[in-house]
Amino acid sequence: MTQPLVSIDNVDMRYGGAGGVLAVSGLSLNVQRGEFAAVVGPSGCGKSTLMRLVTGLHIPQSGTVEVAGTQVTKPISIVGMAFQNPTMLPWRTTLDNILLPLEIVEKHRGRLRKHKAEYVAKAEKLLETVGLKGFGEKYPWQLSGGMQQRANLCRALIHEPELLMLDEPFGALDAFTREELWQVIRDLHASQDVTIILVTHDLREAVFLADRIFVMSSRPGRVLHEHTITFPRPRDLELMYTPEFSEKVHELRGEIADARQAA
Amino acid sequence: MSANEIRKGGINWVGLAPVIYTIGLFVIWEAAVWAFNIRPVILPAPSAIVEALIKYWPAIQRNSIQTLFTTTLGFGLAVVGGLALGLLVGWSRVIYAGLYPLMIGFNAIPKVAVVPILVIWFGIGTIPAILTAFLIAFFPIVVNVATGLATIEPETEDVLRALGAKKMDIMIKVGIPRSMPYFFGSLKVAITLAFVGSVISETVAANTGLGYMMSAAQSQFNVPLVWAGLIMLAIEGIVMYALMAWLEKRMTGWAHRSQLGNV
Repeated sequence: MTQPLVSIDNVDMRYGGAGGVLAVSGLSLNVQRGEFAAVVGPSGCGKSTLMRLVTGLHIPQSGTVEVAGTQVTKPISIVGMAFQNPTMLPWRTTLDNILLPLEIVEKHRGRLRKHKAEYVAKAEKLLETVGLKGFGEKYPWQLSGGMQQRANLCRALIHEPELLMLDEPFGALDAFTREELWQVIRDLHASQDVTIILVTHDLREAVFLADRIFVMSSRPGRVLHEHTITFPRPRDLELMYTPEFSEKVHELRGEIADARQAA
Repeated sequence: MSANEIRKGGINWVGLAPVIYTIGLFVIWEAAVWAFNIRPVILPAPSAIVEALIKYWPAIQRNSIQTLFTTTLGFGLAVVGGLALGLLVGWSRVIYAGLYPLMIGFNAIPKVAVVPILVIWFGIGTIPAILTAFLIAFFPIVVNVATGLATIEPETEDVLRALGAKKMDIMIKVGIPRSMPYFFGSLKVAITLAFVGSVISETVAANTGLGYMMSAAQSQFNVPLVWAGLIMLAIEGIVMYALMAWLEKRMTGWAHRSQLGNV
């Protein structure tokens, strides 16, 4: 097997100095290039800490975090992030919001002005992929919650990150919109050359989308179980109504319930 | 409010209300003075004030322009100083912590108590009036700009920092645009306060300006002229306030519309 894109080895992360809260302890996991990984667990298990470790927003006190073969010691721009809160900037149009990362990332910020048309075309193509064609000139507050979250995904992908980190991106949406967006993210993963780590509370979401699921313990978080999901791709929403799917979700649910008990 | 209520009988009552209420006030005032036979020294009728306005117009005009000049200049200094200090305070927690008690203490001092010191330094007249307007107006601007900077959503900051954004990037791309509605909102408060400052100073230590004119008129029992000065102040206040409100709407319209949600 080739070298994993993300490799976390025996990491401890404590907030607020020596006497602070130990958020994760002995955390180890690997994610292969091109893989779709999901992380589930009881609330407060350090899933968000995992996000911040991988993106280099936090540096662990012990253990190593490697992304693309190099140890993470500062924020790395090969990652895109999307949170539950879409955090679109209300004074920018949707298109300008999506172009924002390009104004930051070292590789693009110098080229942006000269090659604006090229980048705009790319953003519009992404908008089309997520079903927002023609909405680029609208302001975020003119879009519904689901549409804002789609735009948020475009913003996370515009600089062609190798790794996409999603922190409960669909948590605040209604059930139908969520299912729609599962399909959007499924198709994005299939069409773009990107590795995805999805942090979620929704077990059906995890099983539907992921190749591999990591179940984390309560705080301090570490990986308790690892599941490989072998349902063939492309997966259809109908998959969720098969007994095999339900069985997998049920199994995961049991493991998380145990993890909560253990706390 | 329904469109019906506004358009009853084809007349825009909401639009006309300010005019009608203002005229109403003066009519009731005039009638009350006449009905209760109030002496002009206690409360001159609006007609007597208009008479004074016409009779003393050259002096009123000169003093009104002087007051408008000192107020606007002091306000302008407050805008520049307040914006700069606000950005500085919002930039760094250390600067914020250091300056906060000083600013509170400084703001607690009644500005009329500062005027004598300004007179010792600069003599009576224009400069103390400008500085008093500045001192009183700049505090709300500082507080508002700093608040705008301090309330950036942590997710937005994470997204940008993970892309390698420096503090300056976040400030320019997010912090400053985000604090603009707070800034323009504070201008309405600041311009009103600036008038308080300049008139205080003119009343205590000046040979020109509406404050001086009113205190001089009062010592000669020329009560209609005192009231004429008040009316001029009210007019200047309304005009400047309207200008600031217009500016706010024009510069940061997105902040007003985005609060309406998805229209």
